Order: sequence, then structure tokens, then C-alpha cells
Amino acid sequence: MTHPAVPDTGQRNEATHPSSAVVHFGAETPLHLEGGGQLAPWSIAYQTYGQLNAERSNAILICHALTGDQHVANVNPVTGKSGWWDTMVGPGKPFDTNRFFVICSNVLGSCLGTTGPASFNPATQRPYALDFPVVTIRDMVNAQARLMDHLGIETIFCVAGGSMGGMQVLEWAASYPQRVFAAMPIATSAKHSAQNIAFHEVGRQAVMADPEWRKGRYLDEGTRPEKGLAVARMAAHITYLSEQALHRKFGRNFQDRMAPTFSFDADFEVESYLRYQGRSFVERFDANSYLFLTRAMDYFDLAKDHGGSLARAFSGSKTRFCVMSFTSDWLFPTRDSRAIVHALNAAGASVSFVEIETDKGHDAFLLELPDLFNTTRGFIDSAARAKGLTISGVRTS
Amino acid sequence: MTLIPTQDDHFNARVDLHHLAAMVAEGSRVLDVGCGDGTLLRLLAEKRDADARGIELSQSGVNECVAKGLSVIQGDADSDLVFYPDQSFDYVILSQTLQAMNRPRDVVEHMLRIGRYAIVSFPNFGHWRIRLQLLFSGRMPVTKNLSYSWYETPNIHFCTIDDFTSLCKEIDAKIEHAVALDRFGIPVRTDLPRSLWNFFGEQAVYVLSRERR
Repeated sequence: MTHPAVPDTGQRNEATHPSSAVVHFGAETPLHLEGGGQLAPWSIAYQTYGQLNAERSNAILICHALTGDQHVANVNPVTGKSGWWDTMVGPGKPFDTNRFFVICSNVLGSCLGTTGPASFNPATQRPYALDFPVVTIRDMVNAQARLMDHLGIETIFCVAGGSMGGMQVLEWAASYPQRVFAAMPIATSAKHSAQNIAFHEVGRQAVMADPEWRKGRYLDEGTRPEKGLAVARMAAHITYLSEQALHRKFGRNFQDRMAPTFSFDADFEVESYLRYQGRSFVERFDANSYLFLTRAMDYFDLAKDHGGSLARAFSGSKTRFCVMSFTSDWLFPTRDSRAIVHALNAAGASVSFVEIETDKGHDAFLLELPDLFNTTRGFIDSAARAKGLTISGVRTS
Repeated sequence: MTLIPTQDDHFNARVDLHHLAAMVAEGSRVLDVGCGDGTLLRLLAEKRDADARGIELSQSGVNECVAKGLSVIQGDADSDLVFYPDQSFDYVILSQTLQAMNRPRDVVEHMLRIGRYAIVSFPNFGHWRIRLQLLFSGRMPVTKNLSYSWYETPNIHFCTIDDFTSLCKEIDAKIEHAVALDRFGIPVRTDLPRSLWNFFGEQAVYVLSRERR
């Protein structure tokens, strides 16, 4: 597929020419969207690890978070850093690639190769920008389901993910109960809270207030709303941590100085850290994607889609669930996970629920926590036993 | 605690757990309320082929269970049983936890609502050793099995076998089966009158149901 010349930035290249495997769906196979309308043609980029067994029964689908991507356990082509969950996914790790076939796809609306606002719009012969339809968590999941069809995987052994990834896990279990044997929604919620919508709105307004955003047309005009996106990231990043973690890490320490400068320089370490987080984010992420993905999370309300009853979303579910939350996560607090658990109990579903003690906030699900690893390992192993998964043909560690 | 070794005691479980497991029909759906480290759940899954699930208050207990692959949620029996639908399990088990409940009566009633059968095991505060301790020392009894001092015990609602029997009557629960165990885990002779169970039983196990019209 050829595209008109576009500004040569790393993210732009990954958006249109990803270094991942890509499945292209043509005009004859549109993706119907929850908000009405359809997307065609469209593409989905993905990474896989391990081998699919002959029965096609050992697939684990990892769903990534808001600004994550499909590069779970390989070096990220944009940042050069290791995969975002390579502590969890790999040979001998909790999602053991010696036993399982692990798949992660870039979500619909993102910017790492799956169709999103930075993709080329055949109707206008330029990037979609705000012409991209507002997509939902369910649309993301439907797109993933089409990828599973393409890969010939009917039943997914386990769907797992944290935060927005956890929302996709819940949507998978509700929309495709027959196709999900086990589900691990981590640090997530069945609906986005008013507070979380509020934070997202601050981020979006920051992007749109940047004059370089150009009403979303920055890619055509060769500009980038870096300042606005950086501010959005800085605000959001605070919500991923916790007061205790910020205090422990930075306290009131000064950055490379002994005393305040009586200016608006980054006097404090915490300011310097946030500025760095903002700067590095804009190098890897598309501003319009950020608008669309935050919107998708805002719209997520699984109970609303099932007559106001979350239990009904899971009624009759044979899926085995393992719900996890973290004590210091105030973005997706334990009570949100507990609401999921109570709904699953009411639906008579099989559910385990672990709250993990940590002061690291929402981002704890990305870190190396023994309880997270042991819980995942225990749950995956018992689910594999229940499914009678043999390790035939695949090397065991 | 001394246990009589049973023939297949590879779990090294408390002997009352083996008695409990034996009361559960093969292949049942079981909810263990206050499942601790999951010993009974494993026993039920492996010996009785049960679909066994648990609820446990302590975070460390839950993490241990789930890491072992058991289906357990962190929760409080006093407040969380309300979320389970009617008649969703064959058995709901409360093992040695009744005395730690804030509202034991409500908990037993929920168990009868959620399960076809409720199985309750509890330490008997009417045991002669406890009676003698209180009689002669004049202080709150502390025994090997109930080893807490009064000011730090999680056990806030002790009862005797007679107390529990009368609770069953009050809440209209049918006693399907009951057994008192002595300190070695051996059942007290069932042909003895209940008042003697209340004297010699260190703990009791009741299987209850609710007659449904």
C-alpha cells in the first residue's frame, strides 16, 4: 500500500508501516462500529510469541492499555526499550511462551499499525485525523475477534490485560463468552468513573488548546501539538502513581540545585520527572490517537450495555475469572474490582479475586510484583489443568 | 494439635476437615466461607471432585489460595454473602469461623439461602474442660484450640452445642445431620443424648437445610 509523502517521524512510520505483522481487511470486510457506521478498509497490527498448538487451544490474548502497544515482550521499535510486559510474558514467565501462544494486537484507534486517526483515509486521500470515527472498547474487541478468526483461533485460552486492557478483557467475556476460557481483568473497572472522565477531559483540552494541533490536521500541516500532548501526559502520569510513591521517590527534593531559584524552572525533582515523562511520550504517541482512546475509555459502561445490570453481562458465563487490584491504585480502586467480583458472584461465575498490597499506584500492574506473578502463575496453571492443556509438541522449560 | 492419622491423610489437614469433606457428595458445587489457606478446598476438589470456591477475609490467605490455583475471592462473610444468588451452590461450608462472625445468625441464614445444604463446624464452648476452667479459675478459658486471650481474640461469638441447636430451631433450619468430635477428632457416640455431646464434644459439625415449600 502506498501513501502520499508524510512528515518523517518515527510514530508516523509505525502508524502506516508498522514493523509488526498486519492483517488488512478490504472494503468487502468492513468493521461495523458501535457508534453506527463502519470502517473499511481497515488493518490490525499484532505481535505473537510462542507456538500455537495443533488443537489451536493454547492462545493467550494480551490486551494493552491506553498508551501501550502490541510490543509486549520484544524491543519496542519506536522507543528501543524492552516490551511493556516482558516481565510477565516470555519463556518460563507467568504467561509462559514455552507453553502458550501469546498474541497482542495494537488497539483500534491507536497509532502503531492498527487503523486509527493517523492512518490514511482512502476517502479523502489524507490522514483521518478527526474524520476517524469515535470507536469504543467493544469496537476494539470486535476488531481483535476478527484477528482471532483470521488466525483460526476459535476459543482463546485466556484474555488478560490491565487498565484499558482490563476493560477489553471484560468486554471480551461479555461479548464472546463462548470464546473465552479464562479472563484476567487487572486494575480495571466495568465503567469509567466521573473522576477518570474528568482527568481525560483535561488531557484532551490540553491537546486541543495547543495551536500546533491545527484542529487535528497537524499531520497534513507538518506540525505537532507536542506541548499540549506533553501536558496531557504529565497530568495523566500523576494519576498512574500514588501520593506515597511520589513522596518516596521525590519528596520535596530539588533538582540539581540546593535552593529554590525563585523562578518557574523545574526546581523540584518531581517537576523535572514529569516534564521528562511528557517529552518522551510525545515522541512515541499520536495526539489524535490519545483523544480517541481516552474517549473510548470514557464511554465504557458494561452494565449500561446490559440493561443496567453488570451481573447480566456475565450471566451463564462459563469463563473462569481472576480479578486483581492494587491497594494504592486510586484511578481504578479496589472497589471497582470488587463490583466486578460481586457481579460475577451474582452471575454464578467462577471467580478469584486478589487485592495486592503495594504503594506503587495504578502502574503497579506493569511492575515486577511477586504477588502479581504468583497469582497469575497459579491461575493460569490451574486453568490449563482444567482445560486439559497438554504441552505436546511444544518444548517445556 | 494431635490428629488421628487417617489412611489417606496426605494433606495433613485438620481432622475436622476430613469429616467435612466426607459429608459432601461427589461432584458438588461448594462454597467455603472463610477458606483460610484453601486446605479444605483442595481436599474437596481432589477427593470429592467438587467445583469448590472460597471466600476469605485475609489478603495473605487469598493470595496463597489463588497462587495454588484455587478459585477464591477476598471478601467478608458478614457483608459479601448477600451478592450470591439463591440456591447457587449445593453446599455452603463455614468451618471453625462462626464464632468470628459479627452476625453469625445472619451468616447461617445466608448460607441456607445460597446453598441446598449449610455445613457449620464450630468449637463447643460447653466442653467440660472449658466449663471447669471458668468454674475453678474464674477467668476466661484459654485452651490449646482456643488460644487467644479475651482482649485479642477474633472469636467474638462463642456458642455451645446446645446454643447452636436452639439457633437452628429459631431460624427454622432442619438439622440433617450432626456430629460432635472429641479432642482427637473422634465422633462422640451418637446414641448419647445431646446434653452429653455438649459436655464431651470439643467441636461440632452440623449439616443444615431449609425445608422449602
